[in-house]
Amino acid sequence: MKKLLERYRFFIITIIAVLILTAINAKIGFKAFSIAGYSFKEMSLVIPPVFVLLGLLDIWVPRETMIKYMGEGSGIKGIILSILLGSAAAGPLYGAFPIAAVFMKKGVKFSNILIFIGAWSTTKIPMFLFEMSSLGSKFAITRLLIDIPGIIIIAYILSSMVSKEEVKKLYENAENL
Amino acid sequence: MSNYILYAITILLLVISYYKDKKKTKMALKKAWKSFENILPEFLGVIMLVGVLLSILNPQVISKIIGNSSGWVGVILAAIVGAITLIPGFVAFPTAAMLLKNGAGYMQIAAFVSTLMMVGVVTMPVEIKYFGKKITIMRNILAFIFSFIVAYIIGKVVYGV
Repeated sequence: MKKLLERYRFFIITIIAVLILTAINAKIGFKAFSIAGYSFKEMSLVIPPVFVLLGLLDIWVPRETMIKYMGEGSGIKGIILSILLGSAAAGPLYGAFPIAAVFMKKGVKFSNILIFIGAWSTTKIPMFLFEMSSLGSKFAITRLLIDIPGIIIIAYILSSMVSKEEVKKLYENAENL
Repeated sequence: MSNYILYAITILLLVISYYKDKKKTKMALKKAWKSFENILPEFLGVIMLVGVLLSILNPQVISKIIGNSSGWVGVILAAIVGAITLIPGFVAFPTAAMLLKNGAGYMQIAAFVSTLMMVGVVTMPVEIKYFGKKITIMRNILAFIFSFIVAYIIGKVVYGV
């Protein structure tokens, strides 16, 4: 029980915060609750298939296969694959993190995982079509063309900033997630 | 729409997996549950935070922040607003389109959309759990800086050099 409270501490604090907010300004407080409820509904739609796919990936795809396509020495093939996988995804950015953990378990190169996260965050294909229709093709295409090199550069800067030991620790941590 | 495709693919693969090996499928589902249960507390906390932020920062407020101010001050404010809030794309783009109509510039909107999608201060607790503090903070900072480059180039392209 104590452990459960400890794990959910952050969530409990946010609920108390919203309750206080409601006491101060009922209108904003209720709105916060209804938006949270809406987000929860949206999350409960996207999350189950993502995690089931993760479980299947974890069990069925051998480590060797993942290393071959996206591991150390996978070169440009690994980079392109990371961008494609990230871009084909649906769902908010936090859905990408559990997938990154499975990638770590399977020995995917760290910079490729970071590229995947970057692609998921900003070059999603379904979103791109939507962006074109709401903000215009000039805006959307320019952004896409800047984003692809940007994502790769950010991924390489990040992976050059951490030592091999730090990456190893992250990978070990992923085993327990 | 993309949800339906996601569900269809998942169910199809699950059926194939079950047909091939029941035990392995059970293990996969167990793993799925375990990794979900593991991140659930952070997810719930983030959802509440998003609720609070969006209830305060509605389009009218954002429009006020970046509507009248032009230039780099507007871009910086737009980037900051985009970095803390986290709006799904199908809400973000129509919102951005609306802000444009209300008089915000393309540069500000580019910064807003870019940080909106790449920088997530409220999702940091989730990110830290997987990537650690250092990578999480640096990734968000780099993405934040990158958004200004995006804003600059889009400003040049849309308005013509």
